Amino acid sequence: MGEFEVHRVRFFGLVPAGVRCLACTPRGGRLALARTDGTVEIYNFAANYFQEKVIPGHEVRSVESLCWAAGERLFGAGLSGDITEYDLLGLRAERPVDGCGGPIWSMAANSSGTQLAIGCEDGSVKLFQVVPGGIQFERNLDRRKGRILCLSWHPSDTHIAAGSIDALRVLDVSSGQTVQRIMVNYHVQKVKRECVVWGIAFLSRGTVVTADSFGRVQFWDWQRGTLSESHTISTSAALSLAVSEEENSIIVGTSTGATYQLQLLPVKMGSQETRWVRTKPFQHHTHDVRAVAHSPTALISGGLDAQLVIRPLMEKVQRKGYDAALRKFTFPHRRLVSCARKARLLLFQFSQHLELWRLGSTNETGKDGEVLPLCRMPEHLVQLKSKGPEHIYCSCVSPCGSWVAYSTASRFHLYRVQHEGDSVSVRKVPKVPKVLPPAYQLQFSSDSDSLFVASAQGSVHVLQLLEPGGCKHLHTLRPPSGSPEAVYLLAPSADGQWLAAVGGDWAIHIYNLKGFKHHCAVPTYSCAVTALAIHPLTNNLVIAYSDQQLFEFSIPKKQYTAWSRMVQNCGLHKVWLERDSPITHITFNPKSPSHILLHDIYMFCILDKSLPLPDNSALLMNQSTLKQLPETARQRQLHAFKICKKFQPLLFADLLDNNCLVMVERPIMDIKTQLPLPIQQKKFGT
Amino acid sequence: MVAAAALRVVRCGGSSLHGARAVFSADSKYLLCVSGDFVKMYSLATEETLRLMGGHADLVTSIQLNPHNHMQLYSSSLDGSIKLWDFMDGIPIKTFTVGSKLLALYTPASFEDSVFAVIPKSGERDTFQLVSIKLTKAAGQDLEAKELSVVLDDVDVSPKRIAFGREGEYVASVKEVNLQVYFFKRKQLNRFSVSAVKTKSGNNHFTCIACHPKEDCIATGHADGKIRLWRNFCHKKEYTFSTLHWHHDAVMDLTFSIEGTSLLSGGVESVLVLWHNESDCQKDFLPRLGSAIEYISMSPDGALCCTLHTDNRITIINSNLRFSKSIQGLIKSTDVKTGLVVDPRTKALVLNGEPGHLQFYCLQSDQQLFSLDIVQRQYIHQAGLSQADLVKVAFDAQGKWLATVEEREDVTDPELQLKLWCYDDKTQSFKLNTRINMPHEGHITDLCFRDMDESEEDSLILVTAGRDRVFKVWVMVEDTDPEAQQSVSWSCDFVGSYHNYQATNCCFSEDGSLLAVSFEETVTVWDSVTWDLKCTFCHPPGKIRNICFGRLTCSKYLIGATDYGFLCCWNLLTCALEWSAYLNVLVLQPDPLSEHIAAVSWLSKESSLFVFKPNEPWPIYIQRNLCKEKIQLAAFVPRDEPETVGSEKHCWLRRSQLFFLTDMQLAVEESLPMTPFSLLLGKHRHQQSQEDLDLGKLVVHNTHKQDSPAVKELLHTPAHVLPSASFLCPVFINSLLISKDNKSDEEVDDEVEMESEKTEDDSDEERDVTEMEQEDTNPMELLGEMTYKLSKSQEKELRKIRKMDYSWISAF
Repeated sequence: MGEFEVHRVRFFGLVPAGVRCLACTPRGGRLALARTDGTVEIYNFAANYFQEKVIPGHEVRSVESLCWAAGERLFGAGLSGDITEYDLLGLRAERPVDGCGGPIWSMAANSSGTQLAIGCEDGSVKLFQVVPGGIQFERNLDRRKGRILCLSWHPSDTHIAAGSIDALRVLDVSSGQTVQRIMVNYHVQKVKRECVVWGIAFLSRGTVVTADSFGRVQFWDWQRGTLSESHTISTSAALSLAVSEEENSIIVGTSTGATYQLQLLPVKMGSQETRWVRTKPFQHHTHDVRAVAHSPTALISGGLDAQLVIRPLMEKVQRKGYDAALRKFTFPHRRLVSCARKARLLLFQFSQHLELWRLGSTNETGKDGEVLPLCRMPEHLVQLKSKGPEHIYCSCVSPCGSWVAYSTASRFHLYRVQHEGDSVSVRKVPKVPKVLPPAYQLQFSSDSDSLFVASAQGSVHVLQLLEPGGCKHLHTLRPPSGSPEAVYLLAPSADGQWLAAVGGDWAIHIYNLKGFKHHCAVPTYSCAVTALAIHPLTNNLVIAYSDQQLFEFSIPKKQYTAWSRMVQNCGLHKVWLERDSPITHITFNPKSPSHILLHDIYMFCILDKSLPLPDNSALLMNQSTLKQLPETARQRQLHAFKICKKFQPLLFADLLDNNCLVMVERPIMDIKTQLPLPIQQKKFGT
Repeated sequence: MVAAAALRVVRCGGSSLHGARAVFSADSKYLLCVSGDFVKMYSLATEETLRLMGGHADLVTSIQLNPHNHMQLYSSSLDGSIKLWDFMDGIPIKTFTVGSKLLALYTPASFEDSVFAVIPKSGERDTFQLVSIKLTKAAGQDLEAKELSVVLDDVDVSPKRIAFGREGEYVASVKEVNLQVYFFKRKQLNRFSVSAVKTKSGNNHFTCIACHPKEDCIATGHADGKIRLWRNFCHKKEYTFSTLHWHHDAVMDLTFSIEGTSLLSGGVESVLVLWHNESDCQKDFLPRLGSAIEYISMSPDGALCCTLHTDNRITIINSNLRFSKSIQGLIKSTDVKTGLVVDPRTKALVLNGEPGHLQFYCLQSDQQLFSLDIVQRQYIHQAGLSQADLVKVAFDAQGKWLATVEEREDVTDPELQLKLWCYDDKTQSFKLNTRINMPHEGHITDLCFRDMDESEEDSLILVTAGRDRVFKVWVMVEDTDPEAQQSVSWSCDFVGSYHNYQATNCCFSEDGSLLAVSFEETVTVWDSVTWDLKCTFCHPPGKIRNICFGRLTCSKYLIGATDYGFLCCWNLLTCALEWSAYLNVLVLQPDPLSEHIAAVSWLSKESSLFVFKPNEPWPIYIQRNLCKEKIQLAAFVPRDEPETVGSEKHCWLRRSQLFFLTDMQLAVEESLPMTPFSLLLGKHRHQQSQEDLDLGKLVVHNTHKQDSPAVKELLHTPAHVLPSASFLCPVFINSLLISKDNKSDEEVDDEVEMESEKTEDDSDEERDVTEMEQEDTNPMELLGEMTYKLSKSQEKELRKIRKMDYSWISAF
């Protein structure tokens, strides 16, 4: 694997925001997720749950509820009282529409996706018509006291069930009247506490399912107003509820971090009589599970501990493999760290500020595994606060360390960083060219002469950086056929000749920077690109896809390389393909041209193209066993994948120079200490 | 046609009541319960044992009601038979012989003529299978049931790990981490397993299983305390389960209520948990049930449930989880330090019960009468704690006073308390009268009351012997303190010691005039009025293990047993050794109502019983090979009315029965007349027929070594108890002579022949008996040879010596 001096960086104080709500598209292809800071993320199930799109948040735009309507349109509503449609191509929020009912707690779309119902603070339920280009207020339904915390449409769109405090209501859509009102804590005697209905679902057979703050899941016959079944599943509140499309399985999230599944099972073999039975409990979260979703094959839950957990239903999964793995996402699937290799600086991106750090250094050497003492401690040089309520989309530091760029939804900023001895000064570059914000990805060329700005509609702007602190718009690169989707990944070549850009449609376009013209497009592959990079010597483009496939494309020859074809013929190792987190960064070692350095959250890998690929019978992670083998046996056991799992969770890894790596870790425990205390639970034996 | 009575050992009680799940009768008036080889029927109204159904020759493993006739009961036993009983009349209707050991029995109602049982798989060790057994409808009492068909392979031994589903649709079995469900109609076998991970709280092996009576739901208990409820298990893949968790240790048993709406579970926590609606959050508890719950069963009407506990208790619980009744059997205490004591008032056997408690156990009903808290401290269930426990108990003759000794084993600071309890007629219980802290500096080794038949209160004396080298005499004194609630209390009157030896045993003579206290090797006899040392006896080199005075006509004798294996009888009038015998006596127990004394010896891994009168040097009764276990304790319990025993040999049982305790099972020695009915019942594995042998030869001066026993006798007997040298000389000389061999051989042969003739005479009516007798005589003879390891000539010689020996005694 080779020996490296590793900077083990643990001073990136990222705390991901908690998950507030989840929404699956009706056919279960995508999942929309909103975090407590207003960020909206789109996960693509077909692309192995890759985090496909991120719309950064806004200080005042909280999202309480998300729903998909009219095909693939995504709407969000929050405590600001506005309904916002999200532009999934341009990755930004459209102009909000005021709900006129105070803070909005809940929103639901009807089954055909033509109408939106919102539940407001003032107790009203309002209907909005989804029209091309926006939404239109339709009418108010019957208003009663008490905020509407949850809403659910009957699959036939004739009734709406609304959960409130101490009660649930069923509203007739056509007349707008409350046709049933059920007090949920009627059966609990002498309880002064109010019972909050946190989650509601209207089943097609006329059953209303509620999840309330007493930890109960109750099944009501709405026409008679009677309780048909009650399951006390937890001693703490049940916060969220989701029903599968066949209406035979329910997932409930509770405030202790546990999620429970209820299943509709036949009472006897072969009989028609069925009953809801609480079956499996899952304890994957430590904090409130505020959002759950039920995809056809998996239970999905998101908690305030920022984790998104996808727990596949074993009985629905056909084969054991990638689909059957439990996956937990805590960190974004994209890079929040950029590194100035020459200057040895790291730029960390937070939601509303940037931090620039200088790496520590040592002049000692040691053996494998030793921790070297530092002669200079890592130093926090600059903190750049983004102005305004908008969150940062992307950021980058130039390889020489003298330029820092970032972008928010409406503005693009470029800073000149001057190092004078130990002091650092930051100066904003005035009069940056009016490129269309936002920028989805920023990348400096390796000689720090130009900046590439990924922009909407598949375009990439090339800016020239001028000494001592200016910049000029050189050119805009566009794919020849045009594209509606924004570019989200960029990869310039080291010699400054090539630039690869990936758009939301997963097409990879390669531009020649000498003549600013489109060179070629990489043959399309039906999966999302998670990382790509151009080899500094051979100008081969290495591409990692979300299904864990690796491709190597020769830019000069405009075709896949022989090695890439060999990989496709032989196939990658099973264990490699079953990994559950995508490759987020690729880099190269100029000293050993056959090496490709790549990493995901849980491992760092050096792929040696000169060695044979392992077959499925071989051990993929064999570094520790190799160490114990004698030299001759080791030669026989060697294969291309050299994997190191020492650094977890790994947010960023890069090669500074020949033998020096930087690894940015964010231990989960450090995040946990930043979170509020979980609900105190008595644990037996403690 | 009463045949000659035969003595036999009968296991009379104390056997565990938690061998198998109890069964309620259909009307919930009776409870049927397995007790060792028997099936017991209790009345639920009165808690009385109504019927004891015996007939199995080995442990009964399972009982089940006949689903087609609620007045009938099936029982299966390790002896390989299934019996069908009419339990209302207590008579066996049919016996089906299966042939292999039956470890569990199930009688689901939907199967017309077959039952299911767990049997060992032939040819493989520790592998068991569930088979269905077709019970033939043929007439006759004893039937063969050989039509077996295997239903499930590789099942667990425990009957708790197999259950039949609703209407017999399926059978589920658990073993280790695997659950298998077999559907009878579809002939489909589904297997499921839980992950075999070991966690801190133990592994998650299955421990028990129960099936929902109305729905397709299986509840399984696990070793880590979890309960899983399986559903949809007719699908191999889409099965699902939910988990209930309250128990912190293994779930011992599970039962659904009759309608299946609730689930009962129990374990070592001694808490019965009622789970409502299969919900983790709705549960009720019935705590403090005393000891670990072994089995739970529900009555058919759902009104009652019953738990069997590891301390031999049956608890009846109302459906609203309210404690209703309990039936307590003999509590198996870890160490019966108190010995077996008979309460003169209730004739109950008194011994250690729960920790710190004294249990009064009624022998007739095999139930605990009551439990007296002696230590009166909270017992903490934790290993490694030294807690105060009851070690000695004594009653006075009337049963009015009870003396108890409790001690806490502690190396640095031993705690010792002597408590005297007075029987209170009002409360019908014992009331603490005096508590004496540290009555002795060391352990109290023995204590006894002076048994005076007159009811003079002040003549009551208590003597305690301690390892602190003294014995103390305690007497009642009038309480002078006017505020005291009681009129008398106890205080120390006299402290006696002898040459600074540890006092080991003490015993009063029958009239109470003499007190014998043994000090290691020496027995001292004291006048109980003046507390003067009257005389001493010893039989070196052995230390005295037991002493007792003879009674009635034999009251002039003092019997002692030493740990060198000698049983000695001293004459108190002559102060000389009357006779002695070589016998490794473990237990020496005088009958309080006759002059007989029972001695239990331990020789070559078997216990033997010898009954003798002190005035005769030969035993009147010998029972070889009483049982294989070491007999720890024995007690004579007076009969309510004297038995008419025909035989001379059994007259010692006329007024009392001898009970002894093996590894916590009570057995009684009793005589049963040989009637056909008793023979029917009498296929008891513990039955031993009586030996009509001249067993005088067993009580002889014996020796291991080749040197002459006479010489050894001479050397081992203390000088002051030896007769004059003129008597000893011919004995000694004779012992050195070599006698002729032939004659002795003939003699022995004659004896044996005589025996066998006798046996035939006794038993010509029944073949069974002869067989049994022959079986028993053979090992007997074999044993005689083994224990002696002497040649015939030596035997002959010994006999001669004996004759000689007693001649000098008679000369006295």
